[in-house]
This record gives sequence, C-alpha cells and structure tokens, in this order.
Amino acid sequence: MSWTRKILRVDLTAGTCASEPLNMDWAKKYLGQRGLATKYFTEEVNPKVDALSPDNKMIMATGPLTGTSASTAGRYSVITKGALTGAIACSNSGGFFGNEMKNAGWDMIIFEGKSKKPVYLMIENDHAELLDAENYWGKSVWDTEEGIKVDHQDPLIRVASIGISGEKGVKYACVVNDMHRAAGRSGVGTVMGSKNLKAVAIRGTLGVQVDDADKFFSAVTAGKSVLAENGVTGEGLPAFGTQVLMNVINETGALPTRNFKDVQFENANDISAEAMSAVRDSDGKSNLITNGACFGCTIACGRISQIERTHYTVADRPEYQKASGGLEYEAAWALGAATGVDDLDALTFANFICNEQGIDPITFGATVGAAMEMFEDGVLTTKDTGGIELNFGNAKALTDLSELTGKGEGFGVEIGLGSKLFCEKYGKPELSMSVKGQEFPAYDARGIQGMGLAYATSNRGACHLRGYTVASEVLGIPEKTDPLATDGKAGLVKAFQDATAVVDSAGLCVFTTFAWSMEDIAPQIDAACEGDWSVENCMVVGERIWNMERQFNLAAGFTDKDDTLPKRLLKDAAKTGPAKGLASGLDKMLPEYYELRGWTVDGVPSNETVDRLSL
Amino acid sequence: MQKSLSIEPEKCTGCLQCELACSYENEGMFNPSKSRIKVFDFHEQGRFVPYTCTQCDEAWCMHACPVNAITQDVATGAKIVSDDRCVGCKVCTIACPFGTINYNQSTGKVIKCDLCGGAPECAKACPTDAITFVDANWTGLEKMRNWAAKTDAAVQA
Repeated sequence: MSWTRKILRVDLTAGTCASEPLNMDWAKKYLGQRGLATKYFTEEVNPKVDALSPDNKMIMATGPLTGTSASTAGRYSVITKGALTGAIACSNSGGFFGNEMKNAGWDMIIFEGKSKKPVYLMIENDHAELLDAENYWGKSVWDTEEGIKVDHQDPLIRVASIGISGEKGVKYACVVNDMHRAAGRSGVGTVMGSKNLKAVAIRGTLGVQVDDADKFFSAVTAGKSVLAENGVTGEGLPAFGTQVLMNVINETGALPTRNFKDVQFENANDISAEAMSAVRDSDGKSNLITNGACFGCTIACGRISQIERTHYTVADRPEYQKASGGLEYEAAWALGAATGVDDLDALTFANFICNEQGIDPITFGATVGAAMEMFEDGVLTTKDTGGIELNFGNAKALTDLSELTGKGEGFGVEIGLGSKLFCEKYGKPELSMSVKGQEFPAYDARGIQGMGLAYATSNRGACHLRGYTVASEVLGIPEKTDPLATDGKAGLVKAFQDATAVVDSAGLCVFTTFAWSMEDIAPQIDAACEGDWSVENCMVVGERIWNMERQFNLAAGFTDKDDTLPKRLLKDAAKTGPAKGLASGLDKMLPEYYELRGWTVDGVPSNETVDRLSL
Repeated sequence: MQKSLSIEPEKCTGCLQCELACSYENEGMFNPSKSRIKVFDFHEQGRFVPYTCTQCDEAWCMHACPVNAITQDVATGAKIVSDDRCVGCKVCTIACPFGTINYNQSTGKVIKCDLCGGAPECAKACPTDAITFVDANWTGLEKMRNWAAKTDAAVQA
C-alpha cells in the first residue's frame, strides 16, 4: 500500500489517456517520486533528446508518503530533461496539488509527445481527459487556476499550471500549483509549455492508505515531536521562514552580492526576515502577514506577505495590493543581494510576478545580476536594454524586468535566456554564475566550501537542494564543520546528496532534515510501504538514485569537465568577511569525492559501483 | 461536564493535519475530501480558518431529519448520524445554517462531526493548538486571558 500502484500515461500527440500498473520491482528499488520517476524517464527517453522536442517526456510524480499524515508529506516532483540545463531535471513542489493527485489514485502522470493545440489535463479520480485550453492560453498562473475552478464550478479543484513565460519559451519557467508553490528550477515549465500543455487540474477523493497503520502512527507521531522540539523546525522556520538565514549567511561571509563580486551585502538586513516582520511607520503594518503551511506540514515556514499600498509597484494596481506568497530566502537573495537591490517591497513584488507568471526567481535574479554587471562595464547599453538603466541596486529595473520576463516581452526575452546563454550571447560567458547552465542559489562557495563541491557535482546544475551542507557548515546540523575547510567535505557532500535523494523520493520536504536524520525518516517509510526500508537500505536507495541521475547526464554528453565552478569562484578570493582571501578549494575536494562515490578519475561510475548498486 | 471544540483561526497555518486525522478516524484512510472539519484559505487576506459543526443544542439538522436518523449523544452533546437510519435525503444539509453536515456520495449517507465519542482527533492532531477541546462553558477563556493580560499591561504603562 501507500503506492496507488497506478500510472496515468498521457499521449499529447494522440490526445489519449491510459492507465497502467506501477512497476513494483522498480518501486522497491527507487521508492517513488524523484527516484522512481527518474527510473521511468531514463528507461524511456534518449538522453541526447532536445529538451524541447516532442520526444522529451515530462513526469509528475508523488511519493509513497504523499497524502499521508507524516509531517510535510504532500509533495510531488516534475521530472524531465531540463530546458535550462539539458541535464536530468527534478523540481519538487509543496502546496496541495501532490496530495490531490495521490488522492485521485495516481502515483505518476507521464506526459509524452506534443499536443497540436493548447490543452489541459482534467482528472477526477479514475477519469482523465485532455480539454481545450484555448481560454487559458495567454493567461497567468493565477488567472488560469482561478479560471479552471470557476469554469468547472468547483473551488476544490487543485491546479498546477504554467504562466505566459512557459508558453513563450523562457528557459526557466516553473510549474506553479496553489498560486505560489512551484516546481521551480531547471525549466520544467518550459518543457511543459513546449508540449502545449497549459495545466493539470485534479479532484481526488479516493483516499490514501498505509501498510501498517499502528506502526505508521507511532513513527509519524515521534517524527512530529522531533520537528516541534527542534530549534530550527520548531521555532526559527515558523517564525521567520527560510529568511532567518539572510543575516546569518551574510555574517558568515557567504552572501553572494552583485553577481558574486562581493560575498557580503551591506544592506542585507533591509531584505531579511527581521525587515519582513518590522512594523512600518507609514501604516503600522508589516510586510509579513502570517506564516502558512503546505499540505500536512507541521513546520509551516511559508510566508504570506502584503506590499505597502503606497509603494510604487502597486499604488495604481490594486490587484497586487492583496496578500500572497512572500519572500523565501533564496528568492530574497537572488532578487536582492545578487542585484544589489535593497527595497523589500520591490523584491516582494518581483516575487509575486515570478509566482504569477511562473518563472524561477533564483535564475531570474541571478541573470539580472549578470546583466547589471555587463551594463556597468559598458558591455550593455540602454540601446540593448530597451531604455532600462540597468545599474546594480535599481529596484525599478528589477521589477520592470520581472514583468517583461514573465510575459516574454522586450528585453525580458533576453533575460529569459538564463545567464549562461545570455552572457555567451553578449560575449561575456565568464560572468554567468552557474554550473551546467543553472545559476547558483544563495550561498557563496568561497565562504562555505562544501557547497562548492555540492554545486559542482549536483546532477541538475547548481542547487542548494541536492546536498545542503550549509546545515553542517553553518548551522551545526547534524554536527558542526568548519565552513572554510575543505577536509572531510567530500564525505559530507556525498552523505547529504544520498540522504536528500531518499527524502525527495518519499513525498517529504527536505526541510525536515534540519531536525530529522535517516533514523527518523526510515521508520515512517518502512511502516507505510511494504518491503525493506531500513536506514541502511534507504541510504543504498539514495546512492542508487544519485548514480542513475549521473549516468543519464553522462549519456547526455556531460563529462567531468562540467563538474566545475565559474572562474570567479575558483580564482577571485573573497574580499571581506571570515572567508577574506579565500577562493573555492574545489580541486582539493573533487578527486576524493569521485573516489568515495566509486567513480573513475573521470567521474564515471565504475563497473563495481554499478554492480554494487544493481543499476 | 461537556467539552466543545474551540477554534482560534489566528493560530492556524492551513496544514490540514486536522482533515487527515478526521478522515482517518472516520473512513480508515487519509482522505481530506471526506473530512468533517474543513480548513478555508483566505489567501488574499493571509488567513486560514478551520470550520466544523458546533453541535447546536436545538440542532436544525436533527429537527429537520424525517426519519430521526440524527440523535444527541447525551454524554458529549454531539449530534450523531445513524447510518442505519439515514436515507440520504439531504434535507439536513439544507436545514443546517452553517453547512457543516454534508452528503457523502460513496456511502449515500450524510456525514458530520461527532466529536469522535468525546476525544476529537482533529484537536489532537493540530500542531499549533488552533483547535482545542475545552470546557463547553469556557470556550472564551483563552481570549479573555489574552485581553486581561493587555489590560494589565496598559495599567502598568
């Protein structure tokens, strides 16, 4: 149980929907969601495929715990070959859509081919059909979601959709569900748009069951207590959200600023959690209205924010004066520190637009940061930017570009390329702060050395959600390591990567791992699912998933040469803070990492490793 | 002494653990669509509000039922639907001013909160104490305490 044991296969070319049984042999080896969907994907798709061709597929997948009462167990992932990266992509989202899909009786939906005209998939439990999306094409995520609910006269429908960005081919379009929750990275929404698939709308009423209910409740209750009693998941995240990190990471000297020219932002406090909670003199209110939870989450780190009514972004636009999804740390960093913009409400507005039109705020902000550097260096002029004065710190430039990029208009088309293609196009490839085409998140690899290795080796390009060694290096979870040291980081990165692959495959949120170790997680999976889900086996499954993703990327054409960082991080030392004088020591960590992984010196899983993991 | 569900929306995060617990208790599976308690997300105001039956003394649903399928549990005060008697006519769903009794298509009967026999699972599952099960005479106690504390502070200031 726990798996529904059913897959929905949607052939967009033929316009058909068909049910098929889940391959349970694979489920026992790859668990669910990220692992299991990637197994299906790698079996069915040629790694060399163009991400935007009809031959690419896109899978929406839940985990076995999705829809149960385990804390945070409402998640789903979108698996495809990423439009931004050309690497394996797996973007994970919270909200309520994942639970609805599971309650409708589906472990996975596999989309293949390309529809001739815009369509959306409507699912009511066993019944699935493709419907004409003519009325929604050209509309934002927010209007699409609302429109589908109104047109079907059913406010309980859950919707995942793309905005105009995904239709227009912006390279880092997201799939957004429940207004402001996104499968955000690597351009999974761009792939969805390339298939003329506007939205997936679901009503599910069938229920979810677990294998051993008594054991499950006991494990889940214990897990919830651990989260409640932990300082990060019990206090810090509910009160301040992930934004609790802004000042902490700035003090660590690892807050990349102005396209990574600096590692500390002088105005970090102005865009921090503290600023979001501060009461404004003008109207006696704060940016933060309340915290909010995703399905089943007892942490509730989500931010619901409201922009001051007189702020330039919303003064004449009442539709943006309402509360909506506020700034998380990565978005606040990318829209703020990476661009040098310190206007909190401007960042909140840009964040609203990223949600409304479905663009990844990390890649968007980082690309604007790179463009700002090129503008200040004279590589770009107002002739290129359509008149926008693209200096660091220009809030208006940032908010204008969020709308242009979200709609794929004007200079937004260029910003919509992502920093790699953009910087190459304008002759400055070295200014793209990315790995495998995907931009870094909010931790500088000079000030937190382990993250440099995590970025360089991440299977979906630079990312904080594939191996979050910040937990150990900055927060001391599970134990404190020196952020400036390279010793021991290879093992740390591998352990985080493998464990995260399990969490992402179970239906859980990775934020639980601030408090939970595999000793807390495995018993919950074991009680819900048949088969052996001991701590030891879970870690093998995690390692197996990691290696499977690696093999796909190697077959797609990536090599060990792509396991690197931009020259700026490898050569230019940090100018201030605890890491002053230090560049990334990637070369000291990478060979040991390959060895620990059981890979050759060229970064290829050895035959022994392939055999050991039964790949 | 009877107890009542006390709901404080300002503490709710919208996680739906109450709906999960309610559906498991009543349906033997995790199925929020069959929950007797429902959380509403007023997204544009940033408010989450759990809502369920308040167990009216003179319950409209009970009086409206033509086959006496709804009776009062004397011990808990809950109005309870007898599946054996309910004919699925839905008159109670029209009579209830609050919408907290609803038809269940898969059984052909109506469902409503029955206070889980005196130990409501939703209150046990709520991680933020937005739903508690307290002395029916003193559901306002916590609110009174909060205002009392403010009064005290004002005097000191």
